[in-house]
Formats: sequence, structure tokens, C-alpha cells
Amino acid sequence: MAEVRVTVDGVNYADEVEPRMLLVQYLRERLGKTGTLIGCDTSNCGACTVHLNGQSVKSCSVLAVQADGGEVLTIEGLARDGELHPVQKAFNECHGLQCGYCTPGMIMAAVDLLGDNPDPDEGEVREGIEGNLCRCTGYQNIVRSVQRAAQMMKPGASAPTETPAPVAGD
Amino acid sequence: MTATADTTALEFGKARVRKEDARLITGRSRYTDAITPPGTLHVAVVRSPLAHARITSIDTTEAKRAPGVHGVYTVSDLGADEVGMPCAWPITPDQKAPQRPVLAKDTVHFAGEGVAVVVARSAAEAKDAAELVEVDYDPLDPVLDMEAALGEGATLVHPDLGTNESATWVFDSGEAGTGGSVADAIAAAEADPDQVVVRRRFRQQRLVPAFMEPRSCVVDPTGEQMVIYSATQVPHILRTMTTVTLGIPESKLRVIAPDVGGGFGGKIGVLPEEMMTVLLAQKLGRPVKWTETRSESMLTAHHGRDQIQDLTITAKKDGTITGLDVRLLADMGAYLGLVGPGVPVLGAFMFNAIYKVPAYRFQTTNVFTTKTLTDAYRGAGRPEATFGIERIIDELAVELGREPLELREQNWIKHEEFPFTTVCGLTYDSGNYEQATARAKELFDYDALRREQAERRERGDQVQLGIGISTFTEMCGLAPSRVLGSLAYGAGGWEAASIRMLATGKVEVITGASAHGQGHETAFSQIVADKLGVPFEDVEILHGDTASSPKGLDTYGSRSLVVGGIAITMAADKVIEKAKKIAAHLLEADEADIEFSAGQFSVRGTDKGKAIQEIAFAAFMAHDYPEGMEPSLDSDAVYDPENFSFPHGTHLAAMEVDTETGRVNLRHYVCVDDIGNVVNPLIAEGQVHGGLAQGIAQALFEEANYDDQGTLVSGTFVDYTLPSAADLPSFTTEIVSTPATSNPLGVKGVGEAGTIASTPAIVNGVLDAVRHLGVADIQMPTTSQRVWRAIQEAKGRSTQETPVDTHSPGAGLGSIDPNNPQGEVQ
Repeated sequence: MAEVRVTVDGVNYADEVEPRMLLVQYLRERLGKTGTLIGCDTSNCGACTVHLNGQSVKSCSVLAVQADGGEVLTIEGLARDGELHPVQKAFNECHGLQCGYCTPGMIMAAVDLLGDNPDPDEGEVREGIEGNLCRCTGYQNIVRSVQRAAQMMKPGASAPTETPAPVAGD
Repeated sequence: MTATADTTALEFGKARVRKEDARLITGRSRYTDAITPPGTLHVAVVRSPLAHARITSIDTTEAKRAPGVHGVYTVSDLGADEVGMPCAWPITPDQKAPQRPVLAKDTVHFAGEGVAVVVARSAAEAKDAAELVEVDYDPLDPVLDMEAALGEGATLVHPDLGTNESATWVFDSGEAGTGGSVADAIAAAEADPDQVVVRRRFRQQRLVPAFMEPRSCVVDPTGEQMVIYSATQVPHILRTMTTVTLGIPESKLRVIAPDVGGGFGGKIGVLPEEMMTVLLAQKLGRPVKWTETRSESMLTAHHGRDQIQDLTITAKKDGTITGLDVRLLADMGAYLGLVGPGVPVLGAFMFNAIYKVPAYRFQTTNVFTTKTLTDAYRGAGRPEATFGIERIIDELAVELGREPLELREQNWIKHEEFPFTTVCGLTYDSGNYEQATARAKELFDYDALRREQAERRERGDQVQLGIGISTFTEMCGLAPSRVLGSLAYGAGGWEAASIRMLATGKVEVITGASAHGQGHETAFSQIVADKLGVPFEDVEILHGDTASSPKGLDTYGSRSLVVGGIAITMAADKVIEKAKKIAAHLLEADEADIEFSAGQFSVRGTDKGKAIQEIAFAAFMAHDYPEGMEPSLDSDAVYDPENFSFPHGTHLAAMEVDTETGRVNLRHYVCVDDIGNVVNPLIAEGQVHGGLAQGIAQALFEEANYDDQGTLVSGTFVDYTLPSAADLPSFTTEIVSTPATSNPLGVKGVGEAGTIASTPAIVNGVLDAVRHLGVADIQMPTTSQRVWRAIQEAKGRSTQETPVDTHSPGAGLGSIDPNNPQGEVQ
């Protein structure tokens, strides 16, 4: 067993975990954070995407112990004080989801993408979310959602609700 | 209150954002795997790595000793030797239907079939212990090629059946009296220099539905009703079939389909894993959970398509079609799925499509192989049919030297000819192919692209342009129960609804349609808000739980709105009827003088009135209501449609093909679909987008490949190439509406439209780009490799054979190798 101390959606946890336990299993099975979903075993689908120290990661490809000392943000912690994140709002407004299974990962990937590139064109959005698979939407409304969110997050439009933690090298 | 309704106030037609999104975008979702009742035990299935083998021994000793393990079971240990999974569609009286066991007993029939099951405290412990189960196999020859499987001396998948043929089903318009004899039409065409006969063989490759949520089932046996949570499209069918399969009284079962992460037909089955989980929960008296991995899903969840299509079309040299003959081989896989054998039959009435075909014959022969079973996948039979007819119409156009759209128009049913009874005996109620096609051409700038194509061809550009065309219609809104009965389908096609008027004026609507991403909660709320004149927000849609929604036939075949939505409309009419009596009583007026509009009951010619909410409260209080009536507005309805609905559309694709590398690029896609009246254009458009992506992916990317040992080599998302956002462009989609006349809302269904039409549009476009180089056909998916090979062969250059175990789409046994058309079994 190994110890992991981690902050998830603003709450501190200290747990003993099997060293092989994946971050996504830790989130779902130990913390009950079932909003983060598992869609494949090969890190292709991105359904499990969360932020670790401000950057999007596929939580099926990170061991829980690798998050030790870190800060994790999941879809469940993205809205602040009942106010949806602009990306969440945009997915609703632009019909960027159908069954919803890819949605948590897609939203977390999009938030990270917009952090790197606040005003992506269509091609940049498509490349930027390439690691997240959706079977329902054909992606068109997801692309629209991300671009709508970019407009909403422009300075003066409305303040982004998430302040990413500083990342080494930034 | 005005007599003329203000159309802007109507919910019907409004692009409402979805009410179900709120939980899904915040992680408040409740997919089956998130449900873990206290004391839940977890299941791991030991699966066969071999496609066909006798099981010589199963040693569970080590696994039973592993930490956390509560038990390890074979089928006999579960007492399930005699349990067979249901097939609900005997397409012929003598259909051969081998028993599909919960776990393989003596012989495994496809790679991935369950052999034993481990139950442990945690999923990880169950998986660890599953690795310790020792199974010895005596390998048998796999059966992989449909034609070889039907040949003399072929290895039999189920030797006791004496054949690999499950059934052959035929429709002949000459015999049915709905048209002429196609044999006569072909003979006449062959003898007549003024007619042509075009014969082609097309291949529908195997596909994986690839819903994003892996299948999962949690069974809680505590309490009086056993609760089955399942990631299923069909909770009601699952309840009935659990009774049929295991003998548990239906009244002792409650099935819940909570949030379900996509289905596309792939979650229409009743699974051995579901039955196994029920048996384990019964045996252990504790909740038991099974959740599959993605690889298990790819290996064992049913696949789609997989047909060989031999088509013959005859026509006069002026372009008039005189006959169509269709012969299919359909791969069932190792067993029959719940409705698998009927999937080709659903295509039987659609090969004639939008065209006036005077003579038609259809035959499907369903074949067993040692592969994963096939069953419904988005469109189920109708994409296969549309592909066949739209491909061969292009071939006919080439043969006759005709413009392919003009040839289509010459043969299609004109808008003034509706209602039109086809050569299959179906009556298409409405449609306007001219309108959809004219609009699609305009949006596509068809003539300009044809000019560009000619210029690039003349210049000999390396990248050539092709224009792909597909029209389509489909029979959907499954389905009139009597028609299903005539096809020996094992259920009806009605749908149920109930409306409860709550004391405070809010409305609960119960539907038997079970959503898994379609947006029922929003669209149905819009319908009810208009019907009852209540705010959209005041309507709550309940579905997917047999305790709250006891009656239903679930969601598939673009039926939820067209059948389920009408049931809701009928229930609302009954609510209004009851409320009108109470309103008349309270307003001291004759019932005949009560008018209902926008939620208000009023006495004609007066300003007296009462809102529906007031009536609901009055019914609840029940202090003052008419003699002879029950104090309730609540109403139920069951709707059984009298006809299918027939959406249609015209799809155009601009395809660019690099003639040096074979690389295919989808430059522009336009579709105009006629889906009748539209409840919510935002949702309808989303359905079209998603359908297009799946149909395009069949044409360009996806294939379930087996190697020569019968191992699925595209068994993960690494190997099975689901398109990403970067693989697709934005589509230009538009909806035109010729209202259906077969139902009171004038709706037609949209769930499958995009998938059905897009596959042939893409392939026709790829071929149109390279046909001048001598290429006549390219198998799907039209990967760079296949396109390049076809171009080389057209130039007379030899190409190296592709090794069959190549882990890339389009490389393996799933399709006919032009070098070895008989397949691998010699």
C-alpha cells in the first residue's frame, strides 16, 4: 500500500492505495466521484479526462500515487458557487452532447485547450480535442461549443470561473 | 385568449436547449457503473481466447483461493446448463437457432465467449482471480468465410444443426402480387438489345457499434422485487425476457435503465452477462455488478452489418428501371441475437428505395460463423439496402452514360404521386424528393463542382474530385404491430404513455420509450407543454424504470417520437377530455360550450374560465366534481401505428482523392433531409450530425477484422478506428418538411437518417473521383491502401497481397480480398 495525499475539487484527502490503482479508479471507487467516466482501456477515448495541477490528463493513464501532493479538478468541481463554467454553458447552449458519456472528459479537455489557445479556429479545436472520442454528435456541435465558450471567456465578456494552478515552466 | 394561436409561443418547433444536459455537464450523471449498493460484489468473466474449441478442462482451484474471492462458477455451477438466450425473431418457421448459453459449456463458438465467472469483493480482485482460472482447449477449425461456410464439407459451427445456414427468407413481388416477376424482367432484358443488365457484388463490412459507455449490469436481490440496473436501450424487453429466460416472475423484477451512454442498436440485446449477474445475485443474496472493459465490449457486444450483396438491376436504355434482384449472405456470427436474423429482413422492403421498380425479388441467407454475433446497428438493414441500391444506380448511370442525379429523378416517385404503394406493398404516405434534391444541389453548388471536376480531370491533377450522391428513404417508427406479426417478430410495435396531473399543477409524463442520448426529456416536454398549455419547465418526463414506467417497448428504429410521442399526445387528449367535464361542472356550463386553448378552459362567448392547473387542483381536492366520474385527470394511452413513417433525403459529398497515394479527403458534405414536422430543430440537427459521422465512418474508417484463426484484431480503440474530431469536417445540413400523414403530429423520425444515406454517398464520391482511371469498385472502408491498390490494378500494375493479420482497417478477412475472392477457407 502507498499513501496518497491529494486535493480533489477543493477537498483534501489522505488515503492508502494499492500502488497500481489508477487515478480514475481512485476518484470513482474511493472518493465516489463518479462524474468522471471510463470509456476504454487504452487511453484512446478521453472520457476520464481531469485536470492534474492545472493540466488535462487522462486519469486512466495516471496512477493515483502520481497525483500525490497534487491538485485534481474533475467535472464535479468545475462549476463554482453554482455558476457553470463557460464551457459547460456552451455545451448546453450549442447542443454539444447527446448521451453525455464523453462530455465530462470533453469539457475538461476543452477547458485546457482554451487555456492554451483562447481563440482557436475550427481546425485548432478539432486538433485540440482529437484525444477525446464522441460517438453521438459527429463533433460539429462540440466544436461550436468550444468556440462559443471562447467567445464567452474573452476579456470583458465574462470572467472565467476557473483559475488554473501554476504549472512548472509556465 | 385569442382564437388564432400565436405560433411564436408554441414549444413545437422551438430550438430548446436540453433539460437533461444539466446533470450530464456537471458530473451528476448516473450511469450503471456508478451504482454500487452496499455489499456489492464484482464480477469478472473468464473468456475464450480461441474462436472455436472444445473445452477439455476448467480448473478453478487457484482462483477460488485468491484474496477476496467469493466464488468461481462454470455454467453448470450456476445451474444454468439449460438456459438459452432468447432470439425473438424466427424469420422462417424452420430457422435454425442454436442455444446461446450464459457461459460456454463444452465448446466455445467465438473468441471472447465466456467460459467461467469470478465473483469477488472488488473488481480488481475479481480480475486478478480470473487470471488464475486454468482452461484447457482442444482447438477446432474456425469458420470465417460465409460462402465457404455454405459449401460442401465445410466445418460446422454447430454440428448438431447439420448446416451453417440458419435460414433463407425470400420476398418476390411476382408471388406477392405487388409487382412483376424479376426473373421475367431479367430474361426480357437479356434478350432485348434496348435494355441493359447490370450485376454487381457489394460488401458490407463488419462494424462495432462502439457506444461510449461500456455495458454494465447491477443486480440487487435484496427487497421483494429484484432490481436490475442495466446500460440497456430496452429495459421493458429486458424485464420480460429475464422472465422468459430464467423463469423469475415478471412481477418480481424491476428493471432500471439509468443514464445510458449511447446504444445505436448495440444495447438492444438481452445479454448472457445480464442473466449471469441475475443468477449470481440470486445465488449469493447480495448485489452483484458486472461492468465490461472496452476490449470485452469490442469482442462480445454484438457487431453490426456484415453482408455480401449480389444485385442485378435491369433497365431500358432510356433509363427506366424494369427490375431489381437482391441476394444477400448475412453473417449472424456464432449465435442468433435478440433480433439479429431480422436485420436483413428490415432491409428487404427498402432496396427499391424511392424508385418505381416494377419487378423485385429479395433473398437473404443467414449464415453462422465463429465470429461475434451480429444484430441491430444504427439503421439495421436499411443502411445496407440503401448502400446496395444507391451504389448500383450509379453503376447503371455509368453503363448508360447518364448523369446520375438525372437517372435517379427519372425513376423516383414524383411528389404528386403520393401516397404511393411500392413494389414491396408498403404505402409511402408523403414525400417530396424533388424539393430535397433541388435544395441539396443548391447548397452544394452542384453544377460548379461538376465543372471543377471536369477541369481537374482534364488537367490530370494529382488530386481528383469526385461527387458522391445518395438519396434514401427508410421505413421507420417501428412499427405497426400487425405488420411485425406478419413478419413473425416476437413482439408488437406499440408504445405506452401516461400523464399524471399533480395537485400543484405540475405534470408528470411517463413514457415507455427509453432514452440513451436522444433528448426525449426535452422533446416530449415540448409536446406536452403545447398540448396542455403548461410551461415547459412544469413538465417532468419519467422513463427507463419499470416501477414508474411499467409499460413500454423502448427505443430503437427511430420510433420514440413517431410512436412514443403520439402515445403521449393521445394521453394528453384524454387529460383534456376529463378536465373539460370538471371545468364544465365548476363553471356551471354545458360541456359542449367549453373551449380549451393554451391551458385555459373557457365558456364559449363569455369571459368565464379556469386554468388547467386549477382543474387539476379541483380534481385533487375532489370536493366538487361531476357525478359519475372519477376525481382524477390522470390518463394512459397506448398507440399502435397503422403505418411506418418514411423520412427521406438527398445527400451530396465532394470527395478528393490523391491518385498517387490513395488518400481520401471529405471536402464538403451537404444533406437535406425531409423528416416531417420537427419538434426541436437543435436536437434533430444533432441527430443528423451524429448519424452522418457513423455512416461516413463506415465508408472511410471502420472495420472489425478477424485474422485467419478467428481472432478479432481490431479489438481496442487503438485498432478500431473510430473517427475523432480531426477526421471529420463540419457538415452542411438542412431539414425540409413534408408532414407525415400517418400520425397526428406529422413527424417521421430522424435517428437513423444520417447513417443510412451517408455511406453510399461517400463511396460513390470516391469512385467518381477515380472511375476515369478505370476503377469500378473499392471495398469499404475506402482506406488509402485500398484506393491506391485499386488505382494500381486499374493501371495494370500488380500489387502485393496484404497479409491477413495486418492490424489496419481494410486489410483483413472482414472483406473480400480481390486476390482471393473465395476467402481464406479453401
